Amino acid sequence: MATALCTFVVHVEDRPGVLDRVASLFRRRAFNIDSLNVGRTHEPGVSRMTIVAAADRDTALRITANLRKLVNVLDVQEITDKPSVTRTLALLKIDVAPERRAEAMQLAEVFRARVVDVSPSALMLEITGTQDKIDGLVSVLRPFGITEMVQTGVVAMTRGADGTALRDANPTPGGDVPAA
Amino acid sequence: MPHQRPPHRDRRGETLTGAEIIWESLAQEGVDIVFGYPGGAIMPAYDALVGAPVRHVLVRHEQGAAHMADGYARASGRVGVAVATSGPGATNLVTGIATAMLDSIPIVCITGQVTSTLIGTDAFQETDITGVTLPITKHNYLVTRVEDIAPTIKEAFYVARSGRPGPVVVDITKDAQQAKTVFAWDDAPVKMRGYRPDHSPGPASIDEAVRLIDGAQRPMVLAGHGIVAAGAEDELRQIVEKADLPVALTLLGLGGFPASHPQSLGMMGMHGEAWVNTAIQEADLLVALGMRFDDRVTGHLDNYARGAKKIHVELDPAEINKVVKVDVPLVGDVREILRALIPRVSQRQRTAWRAHIDELKGHSAVRDIQTLPDEGRLHAAHVIHDLWRLTGGNALVVTDVGQHQMWEAQYYRHDHPRKLVTSGGLGTMGFALPAAIGARFAMPDEEVWVVVGDGGFQMTACELSTIAQEGVKIHVAIINNGFLGMVRQWQEFFYGGRYVATPMKSPDFVKLAEAHGLEGLRVRQRSEIEGAVAHARAAVGTVVIDFRVEQEDSVYPMVAAGSPLGEMIRRPAQGRKHNPIYETGEDEE
Ligand SMILES: Cc1ncc(C[n+]2csc(CCOP(=O)(O)OP(=O)(O)O)c2C)c(N)n1
Repeated sequence: MATALCTFVVHVEDRPGVLDRVASLFRRRAFNIDSLNVGRTHEPGVSRMTIVAAADRDTALRITANLRKLVNVLDVQEITDKPSVTRTLALLKIDVAPERRAEAMQLAEVFRARVVDVSPSALMLEITGTQDKIDGLVSVLRPFGITEMVQTGVVAMTRGADGTALRDANPTPGGDVPAA
Repeated sequence: MPHQRPPHRDRRGETLTGAEIIWESLAQEGVDIVFGYPGGAIMPAYDALVGAPVRHVLVRHEQGAAHMADGYARASGRVGVAVATSGPGATNLVTGIATAMLDSIPIVCITGQVTSTLIGTDAFQETDITGVTLPITKHNYLVTRVEDIAPTIKEAFYVARSGRPGPVVVDITKDAQQAKTVFAWDDAPVKMRGYRPDHSPGPASIDEAVRLIDGAQRPMVLAGHGIVAAGAEDELRQIVEKADLPVALTLLGLGGFPASHPQSLGMMGMHGEAWVNTAIQEADLLVALGMRFDDRVTGHLDNYARGAKKIHVELDPAEINKVVKVDVPLVGDVREILRALIPRVSQRQRTAWRAHIDELKGHSAVRDIQTLPDEGRLHAAHVIHDLWRLTGGNALVVTDVGQHQMWEAQYYRHDHPRKLVTSGGLGTMGFALPAAIGARFAMPDEEVWVVVGDGGFQMTACELSTIAQEGVKIHVAIINNGFLGMVRQWQEFFYGGRYVATPMKSPDFVKLAEAHGLEGLRVRQRSEIEGAVAHARAAVGTVVIDFRVEQEDSVYPMVAAGSPLGEMIRRPAQGRKHNPIYETGEDEE
């Protein structure tokens, strides 16, 4: 069965140790986390994680089933095949002399990256987008000399009214279990 | 030994210390006995035991406390409780917690923790026990505020026993035990936003399962621990009798279907009966009920029951397609699902298939033991077989891990559930003696037999002292072969017969029993078994019997780890002389 990057939206109770429980589950069951992001939501006490993991279809279903078993997990939705918006934010610092600054900024413009800090020999850029887009920017800026880079994990939300909002009950599986 | 539960005065509404609230909360949960060991961080709770509505059994090692809670739970179906202090007390529970986790046993472990302001400072006896036990508990809690003690204990019991049961740790700081609050206990059912253990299968899957069962020529039911956990023994019997399905059992499923039932084939897997494993390999449909296709029952997966469609009835959706791909998953309570299936499946007679299995079986239901020579020597299989015969098959047997455990599973035929307590998933040596103490307290009217190897016995033999102090009566049968037998067997079969670190010198177990104020007996010959067993049963207190069995005997048949299920190592043929097993009559062909 083919392995692909799968995306999970996981609502959790905002309690100490929840991240630990989720991370421990992935480690213990030998599931591979590619990216994990966690942050607050508009609802007090509820955090939302976006987890990207490399998995085949069966494994993806078992990831969902195992996450649902965690007591502090409120809801798990896999959105791998759903039309959705996925974003990563990155900050990059490049070592650029004043005479090449315009050139760098022009390239950044193509990627819709913003300049967020300028100093005599350095430029800090902020870019939001898919991983592909960020990788593209990195490759064109590399010749300038990237001195620092940081990026968040992926955050994702499905498009349209059929969303990824927290459903108030973890749906009981019925047919919703790992299929052969 | 049955103890009177102290009269319980409901103290709701009174202002109590956290320590008192712990015991009051346990009493509200119906707990009347806990197994534990004191220490600094749990001293407030121990002090509050004076006048508490709960009996405390002092163990000799906290691992014993966890196994006792576990044995209590397995024997009774109720939640068992262990108590320990912080740091080393809590870490000593770990093996017992992991044992309960792998076999889905509901226990609650209450641990003391250092004062909340000291957490994270490497304070004396501070261990992050919620961190340590995170992957081996169903859930765990750190409680730092007195108001949270009662609701957390209530939630812990609910989580431990609902859905797929499992161990839960409640770690309570010393200051929370010392602080005071009004004791409130909410009788309403627990509601948790993220935890809903109930599932039910869609109707389409039920239809499909019925179609497969009706259409099968060579079906087999594989029944596991889930049958016992769900109390689905009657339903299992109804469906297999109606549809004429032969039943194979996992180790933890033994007793879930009567061994004496004509449709019972016995245990499957690594040391399962040869005909059972062969029948599984030949089947065209496997109906797996409350079992999880452990590698000890499947053998090599690529070759496992390749011609069979598979229906998997399982409570935990995360078990579906974990190791074996199934055609029809039915997620939910096995009893509910069987109830839905029973009226739908057709009444059938599968004469040809049953006759074929009977042929595989041969003429006797006791195969391996038939070839044991009778030279007056003692074989473990004889001991177990005689024990079964002499106790009428009605004892509650608690085994340890190793060869004796497999012989017990093969030769002690269990007709009733919760009469075999054994560590399956984790295979924890040292389990038997403490688990038996827990089982004994849970079922004071049962005859409890410990069947244990000389190795495993020494891991927790200190609990003999607990037996003596509590005055409980348990029969201990040490199957003493002078080796770590199961490992020795593997060395013989797979490691060129190099017996590295398996010959084992033991103390004089008779004297050891006597040193604890208990009685000890030694048995060297088969002819002595009956007298020793009768003596132990008639004795007032615990009797430890040291059965000196054949040293280099092996458990047959055996599917080597990673081999296909149908490939079994059989006992080498030995001239069939007079065979003592036939003396009993039961096994005569
Ligand atoms: C705590 C623990 N350590 C090691 C093992 C590995 N192990 C499995 S069976 C066995 C030998 C058991 O020997 P004994 O208790 O004498 O029983 P026998 O096999 O001889 O019946 C060992 C060492 C284990 N299961 N548990």
